[in-house]
Amino acid sequence: MKTKKKINRRSILYIPGNNPAMIQQGGVYGADGILLDLEDAVAPAQKDSARILVKNMIQLINFYDAEVIVRINHLSTPFGQTDLEQIVPLQPDALRLPKIESKQDVMDVLEVIEKIEKENKITDSKMKIHPMIETSVGVMNVFEIAGSSKRVDSISIGGQDLTADMGIIKTKDPTGLDYARKAVVMAAKANKIDAIDTVFADIEDMEGLREETIYAKMIGFSGKAVINPRQIEVIHDVYAPSEEEIRKAVRIIREFKKQKEKGVGVFAIDGKMIDAPIVARAQHVLDIANINIDELSSIKEN
Amino acid sequence: MKNAIGIELPEYIEGYGEVEAFKGAWKKLENEWMDSTRVAPANKAKMPHSSKMRGNLKEAILLSNPKDGMTVSFHHHLRGGDGVLIPTLMILKDMGIKDITLASSSLTSAHEELIPLIKDGTVTKIWSSGIRGKLGETISRGYLKYPAVIHSHGGRARAIRTGKLNIDLAIIAASASDKEGNATGAVGPSAFGSIGYAAIDAKYATQVIVVTDNIVDYPCLPMSIRQSYVDHVVNVEKIGDANKIASGTTRITKSPMDLRLAELAAYAIEHSGYFEEGFSFQVGAGGASLAVARFIRETMKKKNIKGSFMLGGVTSYVVEMLEEGLFNSVFDVQSFDAAVSKSLAQNTHHIEIPSTLYANPFNCGCMTNKLDIVVLGALEVDVNFNVNVITGSEGNIRGASGGHSDTASGAKLTVVVAPSFRGRIPIIKEKINNVVTPGESVDLLVTERGICVNPNHTGLEEKLKKSGLMIKDIKTLAIEVQDITGIPRQIKFKDKIVGIIEYRDGTVIDLIHEIDENEA
Repeated sequence: MKTKKKINRRSILYIPGNNPAMIQQGGVYGADGILLDLEDAVAPAQKDSARILVKNMIQLINFYDAEVIVRINHLSTPFGQTDLEQIVPLQPDALRLPKIESKQDVMDVLEVIEKIEKENKITDSKMKIHPMIETSVGVMNVFEIAGSSKRVDSISIGGQDLTADMGIIKTKDPTGLDYARKAVVMAAKANKIDAIDTVFADIEDMEGLREETIYAKMIGFSGKAVINPRQIEVIHDVYAPSEEEIRKAVRIIREFKKQKEKGVGVFAIDGKMIDAPIVARAQHVLDIANINIDELSSIKEN
Repeated sequence: MKNAIGIELPEYIEGYGEVEAFKGAWKKLENEWMDSTRVAPANKAKMPHSSKMRGNLKEAILLSNPKDGMTVSFHHHLRGGDGVLIPTLMILKDMGIKDITLASSSLTSAHEELIPLIKDGTVTKIWSSGIRGKLGETISRGYLKYPAVIHSHGGRARAIRTGKLNIDLAIIAASASDKEGNATGAVGPSAFGSIGYAAIDAKYATQVIVVTDNIVDYPCLPMSIRQSYVDHVVNVEKIGDANKIASGTTRITKSPMDLRLAELAAYAIEHSGYFEEGFSFQVGAGGASLAVARFIRETMKKKNIKGSFMLGGVTSYVVEMLEEGLFNSVFDVQSFDAAVSKSLAQNTHHIEIPSTLYANPFNCGCMTNKLDIVVLGALEVDVNFNVNVITGSEGNIRGASGGHSDTASGAKLTVVVAPSFRGRIPIIKEKINNVVTPGESVDLLVTERGICVNPNHTGLEEKLKKSGLMIKDIKTLAIEVQDITGIPRQIKFKDKIVGIIEYRDGTVIDLIHEIDENEA
């Protein structure tokens, strides 16, 4: 499997694990990550065939730069253990764990994962764990879940299951999920990991998707789940840095390089202190905008 | 003898004549003069105040000297809704006429009833830019007596001007005509927009019949076809099915793959160096190529760039871009829906053009020569960038040459957009069934698995690499595709030639052979 870790998680494309045509095209749409789903998208009767398919496809298909994530079934189901046994040896970039409600839930899965890794002589695993918050208990425990392991570098909110658990209907109005979304984001921020927003279900409503993505970005989500490749463009557009942000980033990085040559680590632009985290954020903006500062001559700083 | 892309050709083909081998896209034109044969428009006469109106189509045909071996021409602006071509040929069949050469600018799904006429020898030769569906399958299986000649839109105009294609009778369907034969497709209940492909037929055919379902007061405006060329006018109940005339290829696709291809193509164009103030642009209708227009439209607005002209087959989407002021003008040789007809009739910057002005290589400047950027599709592409748009991977004739090679040769930047495989069939591969457009005319191939730059286009790869696009060697891409799909078994063909693919300059670029069904 040829994949590499991406710094971006603006878009995570869900692909049913039992659909070979969609899996083989998973990497071509430009999504930052693809989630091969063995859980909700696959009917119980097809769990085995989906697992076999995913297992073979992640070894065969080039997903290019996309982060490859496999969503397994919960350990309490008849499928969870086998999913882990079959998928962990392949070491996809990450495993998505559904319906996590506590730190102990993560620990339980990790124990199985580490056992399988040991059996397979995998000593330096880079595979990450992405817990999914889909119940009200999970929301209440999200801080400890987000910090439960060094292998957790992203958490996500599953709106469909969560609204069902809360006994409310998922609508385009964000009010019902507002607390949960912000709790998930805050837990992620506190643990310096990513938070991924839930799917937008109406694939014909691009304006609605745009509005919800703007909201998700505004409250701090790193990105959003995607259920149709057509949604990627809108999400990336919302997450694209503005011209002003890019100009500012160019200025910071240029100044940083200049100061670095002089051996200065912290400096000021327009009287504001620029330190390492601000430089890192500026570089991130340029990465998203696909700008190589060394090849840049045409953009004026102001 | 072998032509420039290595295809073995006979010196002579029965029913076609002497074969001239393709030598390169510009080889015949590079001296900038032509010494080929030429024909003059027919001399005709008409007494003053005599009527051209005939009671029905049969009466008009009887007055047009029908005879065995005659060439009858049609345009394909009615697309899948055409209700004129088949009735005309049925009348000729009933008259006992045999060995007809059918010269239609293209053939569509409306023309499958031709099959029995091919099998019974009523039609023995076909000249067309496109052949599809069951008709294509029939010809691919050797039922047409002589090979079908596949030409480009510009090539058809050239063939008529040089006398290689001599039209005895042109049947011109029009959505409006006056009683003198001034006619158009721009107005009327069956409006189809530009009638650009028929203009040359009107001028050079020995006899011209205008068939309309909408006789208007004199004069019919706009005068797309002029009365001085028209012998007879026939009023019929319907020239076709208006719903199928607007073919539905004008909507932007919802296919995620086509949209992704279009997004990548538009991004590549944006960073190619040719996307600049005053650029000229052409896209096809339908699929990924029309969707490219959507992304280009957004980028033009974002970057505040205004283009010069858009060319070719015109969709309502193109009309919207004209109305938004993104382009100065639209040159329309063929239009795709009712909204386009309205614009053509009302907007002076929406200009109807004949096919010879559009793409004929044998004149002092067809418009394809002024194109900066064209986006085209493909059925198959080989590792030398040669493109097949006429036969499918299963060997059947099922597409159209159209303006593919005309625009590809003229444009500064020719972008071919295609998925690297369809279903489980590779599209990018070592060897393809047929070549319509030579690789030398193609600059960029955009697929979902990488963008391939023709190394002959110096400097382009460097520019695109800076844009962050995934640039890939075309041979590497072909191997990557092959790893996914495997290598399909080669289709076996018999020796019999069932189609001749003429390049726009009249040389032969490829031959289509009969499918060997025992081996298929």
